[in-house]
Amino acid sequence: MAERRAGTPLLEVRNLSVTFPQASGDVRAVRDISYTISEGEFLGIVGESGSGKSVSSLAIMGLLPDNARVEGEILFQGRSLLRLDDRELSRIRGKELSIIFQDPLSALTPVYTIGDQIGEALRLHDRTLTRQAAETRAVELLRIVGIPDPVRRVKAFPHEFSGGMRQRAMIAMAIANNPRLIIADEPTTALDVTIQAQILEVLEEAKRITGAAVSLITHDLGVIAGHADRVAVMYAGKLVELGAVDDVFYEPTMPYTIGLLRSVPNIRTAGTERLVQLEGRPPSLAALPPGCPFAARCPVAIPRCSVDEPELVPHGTDLSHPSACHRADEIAAGTLPRPAIFPRPEPLPIADRAPVDDAVVLSVTDMVKHFPLTRGGVFRRRIGTVRAVDGVSFEIAAGRTLAIVGESGCGKTTTILELMELTAPQRGSIVVEGRDVATLTATQRRALRSDIQIVFQDPAAAVDPRLPVGEVIGEPLVAQRVPREVRDRRVAELLELVGLDAAMADRYPHEFSGGQRQRIGIARGLATDPRILVLDEPVSALDVSIQAGVINLLQDLRDALGLSLVFVAHDLAVVRQIADDVAVMYLGRIVEHGPIATVFDDPKHPYTQALMSAAPIPDPAAERERSRVLLDGDLPSPAQEITGCRFRTRCPLYKLLDEAAQARCIGEDPALQPKDGVSVACHHVERNTLVVG
Amino acid sequence: MTLSSIDALTEKDSDGFGIDVPPDERPVRGRRSLSRNGLIWRRLKAMPRFWIGGSVLTFLVLFAFVGPVLSPYTFSQQDVMYFNYPPTTVHWFGTDQLGHDVLTQVMVGLQKSLMIGFIAGPLATILSALIGSFAGYVGGAADKAIVWFIDLMLVLPAFFVLIILYPFFRGASWIVMTFFLALTGWMIMAQVVRSQTRSLRERDFVKAARYMGFGPWSVVTRHIIPNVASLLIIDATLGVGAMILAETSLSFFGFGVQLPDVSLGSLLDAGDAAAVTRPWLFLAPAIVVVVLLLAINLVGDALRDAVDPTSKVNHG
Repeated sequence: MAERRAGTPLLEVRNLSVTFPQASGDVRAVRDISYTISEGEFLGIVGESGSGKSVSSLAIMGLLPDNARVEGEILFQGRSLLRLDDRELSRIRGKELSIIFQDPLSALTPVYTIGDQIGEALRLHDRTLTRQAAETRAVELLRIVGIPDPVRRVKAFPHEFSGGMRQRAMIAMAIANNPRLIIADEPTTALDVTIQAQILEVLEEAKRITGAAVSLITHDLGVIAGHADRVAVMYAGKLVELGAVDDVFYEPTMPYTIGLLRSVPNIRTAGTERLVQLEGRPPSLAALPPGCPFAARCPVAIPRCSVDEPELVPHGTDLSHPSACHRADEIAAGTLPRPAIFPRPEPLPIADRAPVDDAVVLSVTDMVKHFPLTRGGVFRRRIGTVRAVDGVSFEIAAGRTLAIVGESGCGKTTTILELMELTAPQRGSIVVEGRDVATLTATQRRALRSDIQIVFQDPAAAVDPRLPVGEVIGEPLVAQRVPREVRDRRVAELLELVGLDAAMADRYPHEFSGGQRQRIGIARGLATDPRILVLDEPVSALDVSIQAGVINLLQDLRDALGLSLVFVAHDLAVVRQIADDVAVMYLGRIVEHGPIATVFDDPKHPYTQALMSAAPIPDPAAERERSRVLLDGDLPSPAQEITGCRFRTRCPLYKLLDEAAQARCIGEDPALQPKDGVSVACHHVERNTLVVG
Repeated sequence: MTLSSIDALTEKDSDGFGIDVPPDERPVRGRRSLSRNGLIWRRLKAMPRFWIGGSVLTFLVLFAFVGPVLSPYTFSQQDVMYFNYPPTTVHWFGTDQLGHDVLTQVMVGLQKSLMIGFIAGPLATILSALIGSFAGYVGGAADKAIVWFIDLMLVLPAFFVLIILYPFFRGASWIVMTFFLALTGWMIMAQVVRSQTRSLRERDFVKAARYMGFGPWSVVTRHIIPNVASLLIIDATLGVGAMILAETSLSFFGFGVQLPDVSLGSLLDAGDAAAVTRPWLFLAPAIVVVVLLLAINLVGDALRDAVDPTSKVNHG
């Protein structure tokens, strides 16, 4: 915990409102919020998309578009930021106050080197600094944020950096002038989980060196739990709960926070209990209903909630933990118990579950997918090979769920797309329902397609915007030449099955929300009554509160229909919630494979260990006790030739080994070997003493 | 009318239109939100360009197709009383040296030009849609062959091809020329459709359709073409103008519509020698061509901006 200094707060936001005037009605993005940040404090601002969390921080930086109407008061070190003109504000921005954006690629100028950009930030606020001195300082800053070989890298252009390195460079720029406050706007959302862990570590380090306060904006409760001192929860432009991280996580007094916390799976416990789903969606900021904006989704709303909006006031004895709820006193006193507000939904009764046998429905053996890298126009020559999938084997029994996890670029999506082709892979074999796909004729292949269907990640891209959803859902049946009347009946049935109104079949996809569109995608996947449903990151594009509903739906459908699921995801907690077995992929290979509880509770491969310890846990106490296995650097390109074990370039275990043992890692490619009920591809499992928390 | 009543009227007016939100912008509650086509139509309605172009075009179409019926003359009829006559009440646009009524000739010529434009323009678009989306979706060797063919067609100057083929075209009907124009005018759009298709092919809904077991033809007609439809509609509209212009130029040089058929181009050809001495012979078809192209391009332009609001680069 950071020390708190007495006296005036570093930043004080008083009654801040931001409105975007629009022809169809004013969009009230932020409404009357007040909070403070003390020197050296780490404040986490959490909320779903459209909750106003980013807008309120951009208002502090004075970076809102000109048409935004900003009201209220923002005091930074006692000075009112809203009254400063742009020139005066520029003197503070980047010096006292700095920001780290979500997308480091668009935040860095592609035409200047990283060193020039850091140097510019330095020289803007210190005219006496020479170019050489600025570059020396830039090298020093890059070293602080953990960029290897900073003397060379300072001359690199942003496109030569990976996403994680760019974000490090952004942090270097942000701390260049020893700021008092760093605003980090979703700094790790675009990054992989192991890189996210590195970046958050760098941010902590930067905070420690400069002593600056940090305001971290995120939608990830796990990230907040692990790093913040205090949490501010935002909903529909309002601050609805504010308090120390333990208070908010363990004793929330606003039903929205309670629901949100119960809707995210925890990687330690996921799968043992169902997730709470928040029904409905946040109100439109252009047409806010009177009263509490959460009233329509709140299971314990009373008539008063839809009349007057609750103020953010303390409840009970703790004055540092205010929340905006009319019934917060009851919640704080315990007369309205939290589990009673959002009870966990019951799992599907055994009687409703489809009986399944243990038959293997899908088996993939030694599948390979290489892409040639070519150069030249007319006379193409091969300059390398991308080993996207390089010898992957797994099988799935009826009614089971296999999760394939790994960072982006590990080949998990290529694996399932290759599977969906239902043609002979470059090497190895795919057997669906006992039939080798290499032997199928075109007609047989089309018929087999009704047994294996796919649901994509981005619900906006997965449905044709030009077709009404009834057509979209019925499409696989058109492909199977099912007559129109049967199709229409089935579409109505499917809409009901995924929790949508059958009367919605005539509507177009753009009229649905993200969560609803994902349900449409699932309904389409189920149209032909398949045995296997392949899901490519089905919930990663959805907000947390929506995500839980889709996960629950998938669980219920699997149990009711006896489906086998192949679930590709990078969110390990979500995976643990739904899967029976897990395969961890690294650079086109499976490195660990086994029952999910065994693999996640006792990971054996160093990569699995690193993944597990990088995954944030939405539980502050658990986060504090963790010991982490951090990885160095980024995922190597799959085009790179690495002899022996592919993971050795980043392996924390490899560094601890003696030379003879390292030689084995360099010389010999480890195969999956059984070990305590799971399969692991590591030569030195026995010697692995890395501790994962 | 007294002064106060005028005041009252204007006040009422501003109440109805000035202060109040225009009816289209008013949020409709409890109704289905606007479909994409509804949105395009709403934007289109708000554009004066569309209304001006549209009404001029409608007028010209009526002029070309109803005009000759009402006219007391036919286009080949000679009025022996009036040779080379300037505009009079009897012959509104005057007559040529053979006593043909210029007004009727312009109406019939316009009719032919419109027919050629409205057939050749959309025909070229259909060709480009089919060829472009097929090449883009299938990829591989077929794509390479089609791209090569497109490039070949682009480097061949259509005008010279026509001159070489002229001996075969001489005496052929205007339909042949219409097809010739369509066959030489689809390439650029095919390239655009092909590149659009290549990006659409990577979209998840197209992948999904493929994994459902649809063949290339079904995917192209179900998903690709509807998603480039707005582009195609604009191209077809602007294509009408381009084809009319091409027809006019060809006919002007004598390679296009042959006698006894007349088109705006052949009328211009006939009249250009007399442009100074008997300007009515030249001016009448020339003005009609200019007004027609302006009207079509106004409509096409409005359509493009309605479909893609970001294309308004030159409208501030």
